[in-house]
Amino acid sequence: MAEYVITADQLTRRFGAFTAVDRISLTVGKGEIFGFLGANGAGKTTAMRMFCGLLTPSEGKATVGGFDVFSQSEEIKRNIGYMSQRFSLYDDLTVMENLQFYAGIYGMSRKHIREQGSEMLNELGIYDQRNNLVRSIPPGWKQKLAFSVAIFHQPRIVFLDEPTGGVDPVTRREFWQLIYEAAAKDITVFVTTHYMDEAEYCDRVSIMVDGRIEAMDTPGRLKETFGVHSMDEVFLTLARRSTIAPA
Amino acid sequence: MQKSDSKEPAIRAAGIGKWYPAGKSRVTALQDINLEVTRGERFGIIGPDGAGKTSLFRILTTLLLPDSGHASVDGLDVVKDFKRIRLRVGYMPGKFSLYPDLTVGENLDFFASIFNTTVKENYHLIKDIYEQIAPFRDFRASQLSGGMKQKLALSCALIHRPSILFLDEPTTGVDAVSRREFWELLKGLQNEGITILVSTPYMDEASRCNRVAFLQDGRIMQVDTPENIRKGFSRKLWAVKGPDILNTLSRLRNMPEVDNAYPFGEWLHVVLRPGAGKPEWPADWQVRETEPDIEDCFIANMKEHG
Repeated sequence: MAEYVITADQLTRRFGAFTAVDRISLTVGKGEIFGFLGANGAGKTTAMRMFCGLLTPSEGKATVGGFDVFSQSEEIKRNIGYMSQRFSLYDDLTVMENLQFYAGIYGMSRKHIREQGSEMLNELGIYDQRNNLVRSIPPGWKQKLAFSVAIFHQPRIVFLDEPTGGVDPVTRREFWQLIYEAAAKDITVFVTTHYMDEAEYCDRVSIMVDGRIEAMDTPGRLKETFGVHSMDEVFLTLARRSTIAPA
Repeated sequence: MQKSDSKEPAIRAAGIGKWYPAGKSRVTALQDINLEVTRGERFGIIGPDGAGKTSLFRILTTLLLPDSGHASVDGLDVVKDFKRIRLRVGYMPGKFSLYPDLTVGENLDFFASIFNTTVKENYHLIKDIYEQIAPFRDFRASQLSGGMKQKLALSCALIHRPSILFLDEPTTGVDAVSRREFWELLKGLQNEGITILVSTPYMDEASRCNRVAFLQDGRIMQVDTPENIRKGFSRKLWAVKGPDILNTLSRLRNMPEVDNAYPFGEWLHVVLRPGAGKPEWPADWQVRETEPDIEDCFIANMKEHG
């Protein structure tokens, strides 16, 4: 994968005397599924906010979709998709209204939204629910719909922040199938999760400890390096090296 | 702590149902829930978001009235005896519910005083947990990290030495290391004779309970020990690895012998149809027979209950 969609070089963010992200360097390729792991408080959210153009770094360099995180944050925002577990869709808008709202923000035309939207909802199998309030559709469906909405404007990269938290095991796997399909269409997927089995589904993962990236490789090679059989064990070994008391 | 009627199970629910209005119709949150939790047991309610876990917890802790059925906690009726139940149980809701503008120490003192006790009186009970947050005693609760907040909430729920502890999704959104530590703490509490009802969406945590109930769409699909649940998995299960995951999955799903196939960590798990022989596996696949995990059992249950 020669074409890099995300690059970071010694990227750092400090809050006063506290260094939340400490000189991280990484590259993520086109169509790659990249798992961004770390314990609570390791600095994942801060790093992710910098990549999404929402937070200016203190030092270092980074580009997302070819745009500079320091000087081109508005271009970045237009070229990425974002979805989190905590906030995905508006409960009191219908399925179609949510789609129109998000796609409209990204500048898609009404006609385009109507046509492509119907097709997308058909593929997801919820076209007949398009006029129902999002609050009335099951939570698992909501996550799948939220993902489809997040990539509806065909971004080059989608950031997923714990997208499957609390989702049943069947829907969780259906969700990952959507991720694979997006990656097959060359969308880069940058994902955080607390489910270690999901770390296995990624092409590569990085593990953050106390603001630094302590390990980065394919799940297979990480397990080999640490001489263990699961990503869970890799994660435990690394995360226990944390020296900072979580405050 | 008040003396409890030790002949009664810690928790008993019979035919509990709960409905919520949704426009002109209603949605079922819980349907015909029957449950008995033995004293001193660590009992897990395992289910995804929307399964009804929180409604069940709120009914058992007397914060919500059931629409049908009966339930008792510590031998007391959840509707009639709600005041007495509230003195005897500890409840940690899924949403952080301490006072963000009080310090760690102030929160503890406050909850102790509500129950007419002191932090000192039951200190041995929270010692292991509290020691981890003691350095932040003078921090406001809002300044704590997620893991620390949970430890403080657990301390507050324990401060009056409840006979039964209700923990609603204590580990949701918590990383794998902190989750492990939390379950170690719970083990310590069980040694003190406290009954624990705990809910979680993480299937791997089922094995940390004495017994679990699988909850899905407001119904209990199965109740048993984690070991019996695994033993009860009646089909042949294979672990398969092909060169390309999407392609391997679609080929598996087209095999007549295959009932279900889904990703499972680095492998794909393949459930065969009852009585089906071994499929002809392609030569370039890695294939081995494997033992079911709790998550395999939950998936099988979901398929069966449709």
